[in-house]
Amino acid sequence: MGFFLAKDGVNAVLERWRDDYLIYAPVRMAGGGPYSDTDSIQYGQIHRVEEIVYDQKSRYSFKEILLPLSQTLFFFTEDQIKEAEELKKGAIIFLRSCDLHAVKRLDQVYLQNGFEDYYYQRLRKRVKFVLMGCQKAFENCFCVDMQTNIIDTYDASLEENGDGYVMDNHCAEWESLLSKYSLRQLDVRPSHVTETNVHVEIPPGVSIDVAKSKMWDEYDGRCINCGRCNFVCPTCTCFTMQDIFYTDNGKVGERRRVAASCMVDGYTDVAGGGSYRKKNGERMRFKVLHKVYDFKKRFGYHMCVGCGRCDDICPEYISFSHCINKLGSAVKEVDGNDA
Amino acid sequence: MTHNEYKPFLAEIKDVIKHTDKEYTFRLTYEGAVKPGQFFEVSIPKYGEAPISVCGINDGTVDLTIRRVGKVTNEIFAHRAGDRLFLRGPYGNGFDVGSYKNKELVIVAGGTGFSPVRGVVEYFARHTQDIKGLTLIVGFKTPADILFREDFAVWKDKMQLILTVDQAEEGSSYQVGLVTDYIPKLSLKNAETAEAIVVGPPVMIHFTTLALLKAGFREENIWVSMERKMCCGIGKCGHCKVNDTYICLDGPVFNFTKSRELID
Ligand SMILES: Cc1cc2nc3c(=O)[nH]c(=O)nc-3n(C[C@H](O)[C@H](O)[C@H](O)COP(=O)(O)OP(=O)(O)OC[C@H]3O[C@@H](n4cnc5c(N)ncnc54)[C@H](O)[C@@H]3O)c2cc1C
Ligand code: SF4
Ligand code: SF4
Ligand code: FES
Repeated sequence: MGFFLAKDGVNAVLERWRDDYLIYAPVRMAGGGPYSDTDSIQYGQIHRVEEIVYDQKSRYSFKEILLPLSQTLFFFTEDQIKEAEELKKGAIIFLRSCDLHAVKRLDQVYLQNGFEDYYYQRLRKRVKFVLMGCQKAFENCFCVDMQTNIIDTYDASLEENGDGYVMDNHCAEWESLLSKYSLRQLDVRPSHVTETNVHVEIPPGVSIDVAKSKMWDEYDGRCINCGRCNFVCPTCTCFTMQDIFYTDNGKVGERRRVAASCMVDGYTDVAGGGSYRKKNGERMRFKVLHKVYDFKKRFGYHMCVGCGRCDDICPEYISFSHCINKLGSAVKEVDGNDA
Repeated sequence: MTHNEYKPFLAEIKDVIKHTDKEYTFRLTYEGAVKPGQFFEVSIPKYGEAPISVCGINDGTVDLTIRRVGKVTNEIFAHRAGDRLFLRGPYGNGFDVGSYKNKELVIVAGGTGFSPVRGVVEYFARHTQDIKGLTLIVGFKTPADILFREDFAVWKDKMQLILTVDQAEEGSSYQVGLVTDYIPKLSLKNAETAEAIVVGPPVMIHFTTLALLKAGFREENIWVSMERKMCCGIGKCGHCKVNDTYICLDGPVFNFTKSRELID
């Protein structure tokens, strides 16, 4: 069911939601941007709809809510292991179509690849998603080519429309609340883009053989393996386990998992000095093939959702989408080698 | 409610067998199902976790042979018989002993890399009638590094056992040479139908499989056990991933037709 709401109506709904949920949306963090005097659009808790930033892309994704950058799993005392408690409230997350497609990728790894992840699952089942319709594509977006520009698995959608807001609701338990605070019912279809500036073409013949292409050499020098591309990516899921003890009381400590990046030194290091993918070009190849080749081989659809955040963030102006577009000639190059 | 697979359980140390200063076998209480080649995450609160292969499977206990190399393994070595250690697992696919029955089997192992396959050797040492022929080639760096001496003493009558060291003092009675040197000299009834298992460091696996292929083994009859960095053991942390394969979930035991495609 669709609704038209005035701003006050939306804020009344948000207030009611806050009884049971923490509400997260992209917000403006003054001065937190990539250059001095620029703002950063990041996820934060909101109280009012005016705080939600619609006209810019968020630099970091919603992923940190489901998979915190650092998440405590256990607290240790001298002789006890205590599981970290779960949040008292559930969460409502405002996000765009590409990011809601990314949730499916996170679920794939955390709920289906081997055991169900206890910490992810207990939060995930209490999360609801509100789609932010996209009226235009942003710089570096390529969702249309990744087929992530449209989605209907949201709990609700919300976007501005004329002098108010329109909302499409899929969540039965919200129906009466929305009826109460809306001005009228109407048919709502969330906006979506049908054209982006950036295009990608994933060639059909990609296989692990493209690892032999010379195309990766360029990144040995250009990439500084800072890992920012992984940390902003809504579909990157890796973590490293980390145990600590508190400095003031060595008998007490905790086990955490912290976000990890396959681009950063140490990711593959094993005891005794062993390590794989030492060159940055090899790491770039590993990342790119995961996003647009081998995740699909395992799970049936591409990992990358085309949000373009990795291109937005790279301090060396390395473009992931350009890299995808070079795969075609790399496939020909390695086929040629074999012939 | 989802089970919290990250939460370890306690196991009592029944015995500690000291092989060298750096290599001990910990015998730990464990009742559940487990296969050779699977691994446990040994967990030391406040220090971390380390994936360790099941080296022996006994009635009510498992043996973990551990090399002391860093933070977690140092802490493990501070434990004595009667103490308890946290474990989670077992994880990974492990070896399917049944698939080698009534075949000729050659096992090639390097150093501590022997652990994952020891359970397979032990099984056939106890059930010699189940196998057409068993050859075990194990290489260590020097005589001082040799582990499992008691095992070898028992096994030498039950299989073709080749124990070799990379280097030894002059006049020592040990055979000196790389494990690969012995592969061309294998006396097999039929290399085409024989099975082989290779465990050890990546370079050793590489050259050993090459030598086996040259000796007439078929790719699909060669099995390897792989190690990569692992932080979870259950397909989540990503560290062990190679191509579309998670070593912790899909392995660590792979058929060579699969492992040869794994490009880091
Ligand atoms: C499937 C598998 C089976 C193994 N079986 C055995 C065995 O039977 N006996 C044995 O002695 N060792 C085994 N290892 C290696 C053992 O896990 C490492 O030596 C151990 O993790 C080192 O931990 P540390 O904290 O003492 O060393 P540090 O160097 O301080 O390591 C710190 C962290 O790095 C990671 N790490 C380091 N080395 C490795 C490694 N080789 N593999 C995976 N993660 C690593 C761990 O997450 C560890 O917490 C196995 C590894 C794997 C992957
Ligand atoms: S591609 Fe760019 S963002 Fe990613 S690790 Fe390299 S330099 Fe950093
Ligand atoms: S790889 Fe880049 S474009 Fe694709 S989902 Fe990740 S951040 Fe977005
Ligand atoms: S060890 Fe974490 S995914 Fe394999």
